[in-house]
Amino acid sequence: MSADRGILSPADWRRPRVRIATRATHVILLVSLFVVGLGPILWLAKSAITPTQDTLRTPLSLWPNGMDWENLITAWTRVEIDKFFLNTVLIAAGVWAVQVLVATTAGYALSVLRPRYGKVVVALVLATLFVPSIVLLVPLYLTIVDPPLLGQSLINTFWAVWLPAGANAFNVLLVMRFFDSLPREVFEAARMDGAGNYRLFWSVVLPMSKPIIGVVSVFAVIGAWKDFLWPMLVLPDPAIQPLSVRLPALQQFIELDVFLAALAISTIIPIALFLVFQRLFLNGVGMGGAVKG
Amino acid sequence: MTQISPVTAPPHTPEAAPSIVRTVDSRRTGPLRRVGEWFRGGGVSTFVFLLPLLFSFIFFSWKPIVDSAIMAFQTTNLISAPEFVWFDNFSRVLQDPLLGTAVVNTLYFAVLALLLGYPIPLVVAVLMSEVRRRRGLYSALAYLPVVVPPVVSALLWKFFYDASPTGVFNTILSWFGGGPLPWLQDQASAMPSLVLFATWSAAGGTIIIYLAAIVGVAPELYDAAEVDGAGVWRKVWHVTMPQLRGVLLVTFILQIIGTAQVFLEPFLFTGGGPANSTMTVLLLIYKYAFQNSLGGDYGAATALSLMLAIVLAVFSMIYFRLTRSWSTS
Repeated sequence: MSADRGILSPADWRRPRVRIATRATHVILLVSLFVVGLGPILWLAKSAITPTQDTLRTPLSLWPNGMDWENLITAWTRVEIDKFFLNTVLIAAGVWAVQVLVATTAGYALSVLRPRYGKVVVALVLATLFVPSIVLLVPLYLTIVDPPLLGQSLINTFWAVWLPAGANAFNVLLVMRFFDSLPREVFEAARMDGAGNYRLFWSVVLPMSKPIIGVVSVFAVIGAWKDFLWPMLVLPDPAIQPLSVRLPALQQFIELDVFLAALAISTIIPIALFLVFQRLFLNGVGMGGAVKG
Repeated sequence: MTQISPVTAPPHTPEAAPSIVRTVDSRRTGPLRRVGEWFRGGGVSTFVFLLPLLFSFIFFSWKPIVDSAIMAFQTTNLISAPEFVWFDNFSRVLQDPLLGTAVVNTLYFAVLALLLGYPIPLVVAVLMSEVRRRRGLYSALAYLPVVVPPVVSALLWKFFYDASPTGVFNTILSWFGGGPLPWLQDQASAMPSLVLFATWSAAGGTIIIYLAAIVGVAPELYDAAEVDGAGVWRKVWHVTMPQLRGVLLVTFILQIIGTAQVFLEPFLFTGGGPANSTMTVLLLIYKYAFQNSLGGDYGAATALSLMLAIVLAVFSMIYFRLTRSWSTS
């Protein structure tokens, strides 16, 4: 390895002109990233506790005339953001449970147990990756309105969001790849000790798979938190809508400062997850990078 | 081939079964015994593990895919029984004067998004790759907009786009002597405003992908270029860019496919207006299916979805065929 070098070589770095130009570019880059990336979020945080008049008159003043922490409380209680927040949490939790269940059991069956018909199933799962999601929109909606076997519409139930979330080919693929890389000798040893399929799954494979289950979990929660079109279609009753669906409707009824406080509250969980699991996001897992293994 | 008995070898390890034993064994067994062996060999528990996958994919992926191919040729409105009308849906959709507007707008969105959203992440990623210390801070800042729920950031930007001189963006413009812009309220500037927002909210993800690819370029290539006397710019152009070609080709087609399905931005910002200047194909599909007081025109919506999907599939196929020779070299 010729040291850790990028486009610029150590010799380049010793040239004053290159060094100064690079440093200057990096400072400009950092400042722009602060303004563009963090700026809107900071502005939202500030405006959440600023009275409406201030926000409207001088939206870009650095310090508000008066702080209005009441906004957050009003949004949380009177506008019932707490209820929609809870709905969002419940939706995300269910999506998480369904996605982890489907991905881990399927990964175990297809990658560890490997039935002979497994290849067909894998091919059919992979094929769904190539179907654009709009094709599914209307027929999936009608499936939820009139689900097979149940004889009862799932509209206005969380199941309408939870169940379809399981059909995520990307998760299955991700978990399969990971299970493929687990050492087979450990499975053999467990079988020698008399472990059956269920025990092997629960006591050997799952504990070894915490990293990939973590990845699937974080992206399941973030994805569910962000989802808008689908919950809007299948949850027309405002009482059970998540934040993402409720916020656009609320805009017309509530005052600007309280509305901005509601927006700020809705952002807290995703930002917190990002800050905690930064490395997961920035290593490119779950953004196509992982497909390459 | 039948599963051999567990005594000979564990049936679950595919590499463990010697093929000769298998063929001999399978000749002697009848179908009944095969089923019995399947049971004893753990076939049932394998199937149990596959059930969640089969359940979710059959009902929520494969069935809707098949349904959409049928529904496009039917009238379905959930009130009366579905009836085959063959190509009526397609011709009705194709005759809708809004379709042309929607297609043109979607193409306009896609082109603008490419002009703005394709080069910016690349330049930022190249610059960022040379950051020595705290590169994590740079990438975290760049990625933050991706983390904000899109509905929240759209509603926030809608406020930023306030057309009055005291609107957030117009205030910033006034610092640089720029006049107040009408942003979303004008037919000419509505679509570019949506693209600006879309670029802001998506660029972080692309930057991270490019960054990973740039950091992965073998340092020896730069060494070799320097031996040949290449300066900084020539190294970027002749070493970094060619190494990124594969990633660039993929992000290009992904962006096209993504922008062809743009929905959230026009839906939340403008609802397709002003004067249909931001009406996109997906918004039109949504209107057919879900915005009709007489009950949804699901057939027309499906027919249009199907046509869009076919166009995208054909486009991707042609794209990959044309670019195959570039990406492998």
